[in-house]
Amino acid sequence: MPGPDKETDLTERIEAFLSDLKRGGSGTGPLRGSAETARETTALLRRITAQARWNSAGDLMEIIRKEGRRMTAAQPSETTVGNMIRRVLKIIREEYARSRGSSEEADQQESLHKLLTSGGLSEENFRQHFAALKANVIEAINELLTELEGTTDNISMQALEHIHSNEVIMTIGRSRTVEAFLKDARRKRKFHVIVAECAPFCQGHEMATNLSKADIETTVITDAAIFAVMSRVNKVIIGTQTVLANGGLRAVNGTHTLALAAKHHSTPLIVCAPMFKLSPQFPNEEDTFHKFVSPHEVLPFTEGEILSKVNVHCPVFDYVPPELITLFISNIGGHAPSYIYRLMSELYHPEDHEL
Amino acid sequence: MADSGETEGPGNKDVIERAKNDGRELTKEEKQRLRKEKKQQKKGKEKKDDKASQDGEKREKKPVSSASPAPQPATQPPTQKAPPAVPALVPVPASETPPPGDKPAKSKAELKAERRARQEAERASKQGKKGDVGGQQVAAGKPKAPPSELQPVVKRLPEYMQADNPEVLKKLAKKLERQQTPEYNAATKIPLRSDYGYKVSLFSHLHQYSRKAPLTQQLSIPSTVIHPAIVRLGLQYSQGIVAGSNARSVALLHAFKQVIRDYTTPPNEELSRDLVNKLKPYISFLNQCRPLSASMGNAIKYIKKEISNIPSQCKEEEAKSKLLTCIECYINEKIILAAKAIAKSSIEKISDGDVILVYGCSSLVNHILCEAFEKNRKFRVIVVDSRPRLEGREALRRLVQRGISCTYVLISAVSYILPEVSKVFLGAHALLANGYVMSRVGTSQIALVAKAFNVPVLVCCETYKFCERVQTDSFVSNELDDPDDLIVTRKGKTQLEHWQDVRLLGLLNLVYDVTPPDFVDLVITDLGMIPCTSVPVVLRVKNVDQ
Repeated sequence: MPGPDKETDLTERIEAFLSDLKRGGSGTGPLRGSAETARETTALLRRITAQARWNSAGDLMEIIRKEGRRMTAAQPSETTVGNMIRRVLKIIREEYARSRGSSEEADQQESLHKLLTSGGLSEENFRQHFAALKANVIEAINELLTELEGTTDNISMQALEHIHSNEVIMTIGRSRTVEAFLKDARRKRKFHVIVAECAPFCQGHEMATNLSKADIETTVITDAAIFAVMSRVNKVIIGTQTVLANGGLRAVNGTHTLALAAKHHSTPLIVCAPMFKLSPQFPNEEDTFHKFVSPHEVLPFTEGEILSKVNVHCPVFDYVPPELITLFISNIGGHAPSYIYRLMSELYHPEDHEL
Repeated sequence: MADSGETEGPGNKDVIERAKNDGRELTKEEKQRLRKEKKQQKKGKEKKDDKASQDGEKREKKPVSSASPAPQPATQPPTQKAPPAVPALVPVPASETPPPGDKPAKSKAELKAERRARQEAERASKQGKKGDVGGQQVAAGKPKAPPSELQPVVKRLPEYMQADNPEVLKKLAKKLERQQTPEYNAATKIPLRSDYGYKVSLFSHLHQYSRKAPLTQQLSIPSTVIHPAIVRLGLQYSQGIVAGSNARSVALLHAFKQVIRDYTTPPNEELSRDLVNKLKPYISFLNQCRPLSASMGNAIKYIKKEISNIPSQCKEEEAKSKLLTCIECYINEKIILAAKAIAKSSIEKISDGDVILVYGCSSLVNHILCEAFEKNRKFRVIVVDSRPRLEGREALRRLVQRGISCTYVLISAVSYILPEVSKVFLGAHALLANGYVMSRVGTSQIALVAKAFNVPVLVCCETYKFCERVQTDSFVSNELDDPDDLIVTRKGKTQLEHWQDVRLLGLLNLVYDVTPPDFVDLVITDLGMIPCTSVPVVLRVKNVDQ
């Protein structure tokens, strides 16, 4: 029977994806980039839309929400998963509204005036059945996938607007987006890059080797020397793991120090982040913000005698407040940190902020 | 001839007239040409002389009371002295403009008298020139000379900061050659250490050595120039076995004590002068192994002063024991007692329930924390560490042994841990005269983040580490450590293993950095608690004492 086979096949895929997520986040499995995760999530959601059994948009949204909750629980720090789920939910809402004939803008703007005059929330329970909804939603998800594939190129295309010749650019750790950005600028301009190695994982080393192979003059420095060399740096260009709703960043540890040093020397801090990294979370949740990995990276087991008497921390992420950031470069252009909230309202529906 | 002569420049008129008088038969064009050439040659040389001779002439004219009416330069008389075939003397002080205007025609006798007077004036001025030139320069120099109590500003740039200047390197090589006892040949000279690896262009003026190629490999055994205690010390420095400002100074002083004990004054030599000369090659050797720190520099200055102050009639044994006690005194006062004094002041700043952040391994800060713990203060410590030296682990071991509860993080996690911290204690390598703190690389970063979180930063430093240098950034004077230290193997992959083969890749392993004084809230010294900007005051007071 095609039905149950499809279903088991679907559940298998979802389980495989979940276990991949769980393994990938601990730092031991192959590190996958966020773009890859986003693509896989979207592909999986498309499959769910195609193969799961649902009658109305509301059903579909329920299914996706349920799976989404499981996926985010598997790896809470991988926010792109949650972001993609919210994007797809917004797509479903839009397609439903379009099928119903009402323009989505009316639902979109929740201005104070509307709240007062509309007289209560419109009862949208998404129960109506539309035959073409499935096809429309899948088509929209395909568009989303194409957009995802082009994000890195879109960001790299803007490189020449921001880098001039003989500049000294500083970066930290390893970001594929920044790597592509700098390589694209190298085609026309000559500049020098300083990479902070970002202990304890030392991903900066890989970044430096890749950049030097692309004919860019690179220097590797330790994290401790960031402030010492900052006076000679013209720009700081970094990638990030997540862009938070207030315009702040959740980036690899050491980025806050880098941002403070840049602010002290009035060096602009540019963040290259594609739109799928934008997350509606705020940094208030102290308990859930940080992620820790094994302290073995920091104090290895060879230091046996003192290990039991010492607390060792190895946080993975840092919070960077929006005041320290000069510019965001994303696939739809450049923005100031104060504009992020507006972009978010275009990407996600407010009711989806909590899955 | 005279008519045509008048059509030329007025300066040539007299000359031509004279030439006519002398009976020379050169054509006027030739004469003019030759004169012009020689004028240009002599112009630069004689300008100074001319000025002096002018003044000299002016001064001498009064006593000489020459009859020459016009203050002409002594252009004309030398031509009389010199044989006519040499027109070179004509434009002697040629920078003077040719006699202005048209001189009224003079009679022959008047001209002769004029010439003679001018000759005498020139002779007298030449004699007075030497004295006058000196006098003139002194006169000119007086308003420019700084007041006597200020130090001369022009300093010689130290060699270790000029690694990109080939002349300086050549000079250093020669100096190392020269610093040997005369009875041995060049095979026993102090070797010059060569740089290793690709240097980042911003730091091409500093040396970068490899730990795998210690200087002692190039020395012959037994080393006849350098005392074995110094060789051992140099090796310990270059391999990082003895590290830390206080440790290095104390080790240096102990090694010098050994040197003094084994020293015998050669015949016909004075101890005070010979011993200082003996120490010079040792210091060069140590400098080659690892650049001297500010504290070591101050210690060496002290020792040299003590040695040269030994009276010449002092017997050798007496002198040696005196020197040994001086060194003991120095170590005791400046390091051990100073640490006690600083600990006493610092304990007042540590209250119960404090969370103290320290960076790396500073012997002084460790001492303070252990003392405070003995006095039953309740606090806990967060030790911040950084690659590649990982000195914080040593500090961690010492503190944990005493029973202090500690936390350990890397420097990239500082902004995560800082909200818990109530105070930051930092050690210093040197305190510069403009208030900047020179310390292990990463200290300025910690101070920056602490400032951002409004956590007080206290620097602990003994006064013997204060130095007269000024510096505003970490580039002009620093130390570059072995770049291979940055290489690390993670998950079986060593990314930077072949960094030397990649042309465009450089590794930078800085040792020191400078912290601006606005990040530091307080400096605790053995003289008390002072703000960062009071360092030059302390230096001045110390100089006056000495």
